[in-house]
Formats: sequence, C-alpha cells, structure tokens
Amino acid sequence: MTRSHSARLLVVASLVAAATPTRARAQDTTFVRGITLVGNYDPLRDKVGIVVLPISGAFGDSVRTIIQRDFDFSDRFSVIPVDSADPSALRAQGGAGSGVNYPLFTRLAAAAVVQITPVATGLHVALHDVASARVVNVGDFALPAAALSRDWRMAVHRTSDEIERWVTGQRGIAGTRIAYMRGQSIRIIDSDGADEITVPTEENGGSPAWNPSGTMLAYTTYGVSSTNVGSHVVLIDLSTGRSRTLVHPGRNTLFLTPVFSPDGNSVIYSREGENGSDLFSVNVSGTEPPHQLTAGRGTVNTNPTMSPDGRRVAFVSGRLGRPELYIMDSDGTNLNVLTDYDFSEKNYRSDPDWSPDGRLVAYQERINDRFQIRTIPVKGGTPKQLTNIGENEQPSWAPDARHLVLTSTRSGVRQLWVLDTESSRFRQLTKSAGSRLSSWSPRLAQP
Amino acid sequence: MTRTRRIAGLTMAVLSVAAADACHKAPPPAPTPVQPPAPGPNADSIRRAQDEAARRAAEEAARRRAADSAAAAARNSAAAGSARAALTAVVHFDYDQSDLRAEDRAILDAKVPVLQANADVKIRVAGHTDERGSDEYNLALGQRRAATVKRYLVDHGIADARIETISYGEERPVAQGSDETAYAQNRRAEFEITAGGQNLRAP
Repeated sequence: MTRSHSARLLVVASLVAAATPTRARAQDTTFVRGITLVGNYDPLRDKVGIVVLPISGAFGDSVRTIIQRDFDFSDRFSVIPVDSADPSALRAQGGAGSGVNYPLFTRLAAAAVVQITPVATGLHVALHDVASARVVNVGDFALPAAALSRDWRMAVHRTSDEIERWVTGQRGIAGTRIAYMRGQSIRIIDSDGADEITVPTEENGGSPAWNPSGTMLAYTTYGVSSTNVGSHVVLIDLSTGRSRTLVHPGRNTLFLTPVFSPDGNSVIYSREGENGSDLFSVNVSGTEPPHQLTAGRGTVNTNPTMSPDGRRVAFVSGRLGRPELYIMDSDGTNLNVLTDYDFSEKNYRSDPDWSPDGRLVAYQERINDRFQIRTIPVKGGTPKQLTNIGENEQPSWAPDARHLVLTSTRSGVRQLWVLDTESSRFRQLTKSAGSRLSSWSPRLAQP
Repeated sequence: MTRTRRIAGLTMAVLSVAAADACHKAPPPAPTPVQPPAPGPNADSIRRAQDEAARRAAEEAARRRAADSAAAAARNSAAAGSARAALTAVVHFDYDQSDLRAEDRAILDAKVPVLQANADVKIRVAGHTDERGSDEYNLALGQRRAATVKRYLVDHGIADARIETISYGEERPVAQGSDETAYAQNRRAEFEITAGGQNLRAP
C-alpha cells in the first residue's frame, strides 16, 4: 500500500504510451473535460485499461465477475475482456508460471493487470504494471466464510475499491450501499444493484439518511398510522435492526428530511408544525432539546444538507414565494440565497445535496415543466445541467463526489439511476417501479 | 323510530292470535242434526268485531307514528346533511401557495357556525398538493395548507383542541391527469369529521 503512489504514476505513464500508437481514438472534438450533456467520451484517454485475469477456485468466476463489474461501474477503468479458454496465452512466453504476458497486454492497451489467487483467508491480489512489466502492489483481503453472501460480496467490493486506489490514487465506491424508499418501505441495495433488503422500520418510515460511518440510518415516520402514533424522527442501528426514537411526536406535527452532521453527533431535520416549517438540530445522544435553526415565519423550510466540514447548511425554502436553495452557517446565521441566478417567480429549485468534496451542491430545478438535475459551485459560478431525458429528481452524491444516484423517469417509470457526472453515463440501479428518495452511503468499513 | 314500528307490529300479532284463539275455544257443536247458525250477533262475533276494530286502530296508529317519525327524520337528516356538507366542503389553493383566497375564506366561514352548534364535533384537516414539485417539499406544503386552515378557524373562535392537521403531500390526488384542471382540484384541504358526527345539528 505504501507503494501505491509510485504505482499510480507508472500506470498513468504507461496508459499514454500504450494507447496512442495501438488504437484509433474516438472522435471527441466536442468533449470538454468535466460536466457536459452530450459529449464523446474517449475511454483510452479518460479511463485506465485494465485486465482481471481468470481466477481459480470454486468462486473464482464470481469474484472476477464482481470485480470487473465494479471497475466498469467506477467509470475510471476500461475493462478489457480476456478469453480464459487458453490460460497459457496469458502467461509470459517461456517464462515462469506466475509471470504474465506483458507484450500481449500492451497490444490490448491494458495499463494494469490484476492477478487474484484464492487463499485460505480470502484473496491474494497482485497488481501488474504493464509498461514497467512488474508487480507494483500486492495485498491480502479477508473474505467471510459464507461465499456469495451479502457480507462476502461487500468484502469483494472493498477489494475492488482498494485495487482502484492502488491504480488511480482514489478509493472506489463499490463497497457502498444506497438506501431509498419504495412505497412506504425503506430499502437498501448494494451499489451494483445486488442484494436488496427491506429495512425493518417502524410503520410508514420515510426520508432515509446514513450516518457518517454507515452503521445507522435516520428516518422519519409519517404520522398517520393504524396505531395513531404521531410523526417522529427515528434512528435505526443496521447491525441490530433496532429503532430508537430521537425526536418524539408533537401534536399536528410532521417531521421530514433528517440528515446527520459530518461528525455524526447531531441530526438536522425539518419540523412542519402549526407555526411553521423550520429546520432544527438535535444531539444524537438525545441529551439536549432540539434547537431551531431557521425562522421561516410560516413558509416551508426543509431538505437540509451539510458541508463536509459541518460548518454550513444548504436547504430549500419557500420564503420568497418559490422554492429556492439557501445557504447558512450551521448555527443559522449568515443566510444567503445559493441559487441566485435567473431569479424568477417561476423558479422551483429543491432537494439539495452537498458534494463530499465540498465544492458543489446538486439539486433539482424545473426546466421546461420537468425537474432536471443541476450542480452549482458553492463558492459562486454557473450551474451545470446534468440531465435532460425524462424527469430527474432527488440527487444524492456517492462518496467519490463524482457519481450521483437520482430518481429518473428516463425509462418511463420512476427508478433509481446512477449518473457519472464526468462522462454523463447512466446506469439503472433498481428494477422495480416507484423507487425514490435515495441516499448514498459512505464507504462501508464493515459488512 | 324503528323500535316504535316493531312494537306496533308485535301488538298486532298478539291481537290476531287472541282472535284466532277465541274461534278455537268455541264450544263443540251439539250432537244434534245440522242446525243453521243463529241469526244476529252472538258473543263471538261481537268479540271478533271489537278485536278487528282494535287491530285497525293499532295499525292506523302505527302508520301515523311511522309517518311522523319519517318526516322528522327527513327534516333532521336534511339539517344534518347540510351541516355535514358545510363542514366537509373542500378549499383550494393557488400553485405553491398556502394563503387562503376570498372564496375559500367564505367556505371556511360557513363551517364556523356549524362547529359552534355542534360542540362535540372534532375535525381533521388534510392538506394536499398537486403532483408537481418535490415529494418532500410537497409534504411540508400540505402541512402548511392544513395549518393555515386551522389557524383561520381558531381565529374565528373554534377551540384549538377540536382541530387536527395532517398532510398527504401529492400522494392522494382527487383528479387524475397532468394539466392545470387536475392540478387545481388537487391543491386542496379536505375535512374529515373525527368525532361527534352522528347527530349534527343545523346552526
């Protein structure tokens, strides 16, 4: 792991060397690096060509399939499929059995080759740099005994993420999950669309949000139920499945949109009561009463999102007649309009989510009568539009600050899709209609 | 009133059984050859006639009572119906607004005397939005609409404790369709009588 930095430099250097002479590049004259609606993405220029060698053992094919898909979904790799029918072709010609055929992978425009060997505790991984024709990183990764289980797949995802860090310098996001709503139930699905589960919430749960360590969700309950219990803010421990009420019901009160502070010590949420709809903050330990952050005076104030340093809060407010995004210090002072461009009576901007690198806020804006996803730089600048097919809502950032999960009707019905904001590539995450209100987890250290 | 009618019916049944018994208990005919019945009234026929008159009177009384109570019920239910209609009349809102328009204030004004005349009535105000807009913002907006309606009624003298508020956001449209006609119908507050709705009195 200490060698990952030099490995990255080597791989990038080899990528340029390998790609240019061996392959015709896609025509990409209109592509501008960064966010663009329509662009020609050049995988050879923008992605690292990578080969995952066939893996022996009972579950070798499954491990290889998962890791190749993780690399593909990372949008940082171009996975080069190699045929496993004749494994000897992949080995160095006339060399020792463990050597790989570097000239072959150079011809295939591969910059990196991943060689995985099953060991008693899990996986042994070697990363080959094709240009320098040597192993640049090795590591052992533990796998749970129950092969193909949910925890086992998550451990394989974490292996993918660490290999991605070796190659690119940035840890991947395969070892993450997405919480969302379908109907009145909260679900969690792995970032690759596998292993969906229903969270055992209290009745009519909604608006799920992860804590910074990925061990808990905050959610609110909708106050109309057969048991006639009012709306409240709840924390659920995902390892035990146990829910604990954080904010107790008030008469004629609805709680919405809880989020954790980046230190995990408090939850900010909106409280829709008889005297207004305002943001409140409460200590997770429940030792102090909630305190009010906004003074909406009867207007709607909801959907808070905190900056990664915990010092600022962006939220949506209808205080000027239409939903706009506002930004303030986390104690409620220094209030400003964030979406101050094209100010108009017809604006509708909502559902903000602050990027984990702190630079951008993603949100939805009504454009030509449909919501589309935009991002705006927090420090000022022009907003960028990321979607234009169907209606696109409720963006939530992945921990890499590059991918977003969002609700889109681009296939006809509301589904969750993952958008790579660099390449504009979309992939469908959920397969059942009516999925919405997603929240992308942090990188998950534990199963 | 159903009870009254049932008692009248029962009385009639008892009377007819008594009449039938009277016939059966007549002395057996004499063993003499056939004799024509004595002309003129006898004890049995007098009793039969009296019974018949009583039966008719009871029937008539029952009919009259039923008619009276039906008329009363019709009067009451008309009053209750108009009281109920006033209480449950829906108010509507402009796009993305929770302010009350003049015509909607008039609808709320009509609820005030009904609520005052029926002190045991409690209501629940449910705020709704059209399908446009953010899911969560719409839940908040629905709650604002319900709260605005409640505040108006409380300001006009209705006890706070009698009015509950909830929001359904955009989840329960009354009109399907994605046009302004449907949107306008769906931006509303509905009223549900949650207690004391059995015997509504007109104000």
